[in-house]
Amino acid sequence: MWLTRPLQERSTQLFLGILFMALLVVSVLHVALPEGHALHVSAYTVTLLGKYLCYALLAVAVDLVWGYLGILSLGHGAFFALGGYAMGMYLMRQIGDRGTYGDPVLPDFMVFLNWQELPWYWYGFDMAWFAFAMVLLVPGALALVFGWLAFRSRVTGVYLSIITQALTFALMLAFFRNEMGFGGNNGLTDFRDILGFNLRTDEVRLGLFIATGIALALGYLVCRAIVTSKLGRVSVACRDAEARTRFLGYRVERVQLFVFVVSAMLAGVAGALYVPQVGIINPSEFSPLFSIEIVVWVALGGRATLYGAVIGAILVNYAKTVFTGVMPDAWLFALGALFVLVTVFLPQGIAGLLKRRRKRNDDTPETSSTAEATA
Amino acid sequence: MSISRWLTFLLIALLTVPGMTSAQEERAPEALLEQLAEASPRDTETVIKAIATSGHERARNWLDAYGNNRLSQVKDTGQIVIVLNNRGRDWEVADAITGENLGETSRRDLDRIAVNNAIRRQLEGVMAMMNLYANDLEVREAAALDLMGKVDDAVVEDVTARIEEEPDADIRSRLEQAVAIYQVEEQGSAEVINVLAGSLHPRARAALNNAVASEDPALRAPAEKALGSIEQKLKMNKAAETLYFGLSLGSVLVLAAIGLAITFGVMGVINMAHGELIMLGAYTTWGMQQLLPGQPGLALILSIPAGFLVAALAGIAIERSVIQFLKGRPLETLLATFGISLILQQLVRTVISPQNRTVVSPEWMSGSLVINDALSLTLNRMYVLGFALVVFATLMLIMRRTRLGLEVRAVTQNRAMARSMGIRATRVDIMTFALGSGVAGLAGVALSQLTNVGPNLGQNYIIDSFMVVVFGGVGNLWGTLVAGLTLGTINQLLEPWAGAVLAKIIVLVFIILFIQKRPKGLFPQKGRAAEA
Repeated sequence: MWLTRPLQERSTQLFLGILFMALLVVSVLHVALPEGHALHVSAYTVTLLGKYLCYALLAVAVDLVWGYLGILSLGHGAFFALGGYAMGMYLMRQIGDRGTYGDPVLPDFMVFLNWQELPWYWYGFDMAWFAFAMVLLVPGALALVFGWLAFRSRVTGVYLSIITQALTFALMLAFFRNEMGFGGNNGLTDFRDILGFNLRTDEVRLGLFIATGIALALGYLVCRAIVTSKLGRVSVACRDAEARTRFLGYRVERVQLFVFVVSAMLAGVAGALYVPQVGIINPSEFSPLFSIEIVVWVALGGRATLYGAVIGAILVNYAKTVFTGVMPDAWLFALGALFVLVTVFLPQGIAGLLKRRRKRNDDTPETSSTAEATA
Repeated sequence: MSISRWLTFLLIALLTVPGMTSAQEERAPEALLEQLAEASPRDTETVIKAIATSGHERARNWLDAYGNNRLSQVKDTGQIVIVLNNRGRDWEVADAITGENLGETSRRDLDRIAVNNAIRRQLEGVMAMMNLYANDLEVREAAALDLMGKVDDAVVEDVTARIEEEPDADIRSRLEQAVAIYQVEEQGSAEVINVLAGSLHPRARAALNNAVASEDPALRAPAEKALGSIEQKLKMNKAAETLYFGLSLGSVLVLAAIGLAITFGVMGVINMAHGELIMLGAYTTWGMQQLLPGQPGLALILSIPAGFLVAALAGIAIERSVIQFLKGRPLETLLATFGISLILQQLVRTVISPQNRTVVSPEWMSGSLVINDALSLTLNRMYVLGFALVVFATLMLIMRRTRLGLEVRAVTQNRAMARSMGIRATRVDIMTFALGSGVAGLAGVALSQLTNVGPNLGQNYIIDSFMVVVFGGVGNLWGTLVAGLTLGTINQLLEPWAGAVLAKIIVLVFIILFIQKRPKGLFPQKGRAAEA
């Protein structure tokens, strides 16, 4: 099967092995050891790690389009947030009449705004299957429409980056409006249940953490399967020489569209897993800053490696947690410096460093530094 | 009261009340005031008018104090005083005639000169009348404007009389309108409705609205007609106002984007820190005002070159430290300069403050230019609009007519060829980047006059700026000007029915769709420049 094919690669085996070991170790340390033990992993830490894994999946999605397609998307936060909102709407409907205002149908913020009935686009979100389908379909549909418009008219390079940034900026402004019916500034929060389980118990948190780990593994496999397939080869060809690929007879825009939509769906899944763990989704996830931060995770980890994106996402977010705890003012300095240093001194990221040390080529001959489409 | 005083009073009363012409005599003001104190309610009106037309420099103060219950007579001496402070037992008073402060007097020694609401109403009209006789044109103009809707039985004759004497045509028509409002409202006169048809004053419209609602058909028909023509004019003015605001917003966009049009459009360098260079310019203005307290005008003028220099130097630093190493890698340049923008923002937050700073507008920039009753244009926006055009024209000249402009175009079109012709390409890079950055600083100086200066100032403009440059066509300064003004105007046109946020979203979506249709913008580069 196409999805299991990458399992024969050593790098994939290694990655999945480390990932599942980490999941296992964390779960065991959390469940088996008593609280107060030096090695006990608290529920807080489990959730935090779950959050990192969501970011890692998001970074893998960005690496798929940036590393293997040469499209620098500065709007992937939008797909992430849309997935998150779809999940948030489901969780919101699960609250039922236990909200502050006790309305069986309307979420609290709608009662607060004096809305009389549920807007049509909220229908169906009380059913898990529908909501979970939307997690994939909404970001996918946006990516499809946007990508179709953009790739068809051959908008690439820097222009595409700036337009994707404008897209997420426009969505942020829209979601900040109360009239949109997504809770405006405050977003969706105060969740209670997911699939009938209480979100606030440690067991469910651990379950979500493991689910995120599995999603990351699956996402990684999907991306790996794509990039090692023939389609992946064409996509790399588009990245390195778009015009030439087109002249060779490939429908470049279809390849681009397919990869872009898959990537958007992965980002949506990451957002959907993120929301129940952090307990809130609000329009700040749409902010252009967040989207561009994702790119720097990938850049730090190393483009076009996929596992590099995971390393980068976890490292940067761990640093963010530490910095914002110890000296919050310094975080933006550090992040800014990271942007500059990585791009100037570490164009291949950490994965590039590892690779140079090993002096061995796995199966990825496509990690060249001159990978941009010309503007 | 002594007999001599009594006689004087009688004499002056005889002289003043019938003709009011001899009121300007030596002791007249004092006498008039005393007369006011003694007058029966029926005579008060006459006395008030006498005071108003006396031409005494303090006449206004007296009437003002009278209306506010602050005109009193000292019981023993009969001296008329104005109460300055009526708290407590002892009141602070001033001599009404000389204005000299007399210190505190027990309130029991004072006799308040009674006033009632009927008199107050008269006073209002009379006081509005008073300035009609002033010599200063502006004072008369203001007084005439003030009379709109305030003409009543008491002053109508005087105002009508004044119309004949008034030398200025504008004021004359204003007075005619004021009288016409009275005639329409109080007397139901239909003949004068035409006078009101040309007026945009809200009070004139109210009078016409009342007339339309009235029973009298003779009044209703012409009033409706007049109202229709007024609505028409108002619409035109509204449209002119929207256009002005649109152009103003557009000029801000042009200013913010024009520097980018050089660094991104001409040089092809994606500088995400452009917004922060704007911010630096704005903070330079603020800093200059801190250095020169009390002289906002001078500080603002000095910050034009200072803002340019600061931003240009920052630009050179960015170019030398980062951008030159990323030549030919636009996506990396984007990321690195974004990092720089984060650092600059945080630097301002840490060094200055995360809070917004207010920059004072100098006097000659505040206020507005009044076109008519419905339309007035704020001056600061007008200055920014003019400034944007001047900056644009200067840049155009530099790019078209100077050695630097020639070399910039040569280097961007064919770097290797330009170098072989002896152009120092690296130096041109630095100069161009400094120029674009400096213009961003100028934008900051201008923006400091319109918005708050804060660490997020630049962030708010970066996406808009890129949109303007891309919309206008990369590498084309004219395109940037047209695109900026167009987008600003579209935004303002949409705002009334869509709201500010939605208007912005619509404009963004519009640009996104537009780029799909015409990826090279409004004015694509042609010929050799397009191949570069």
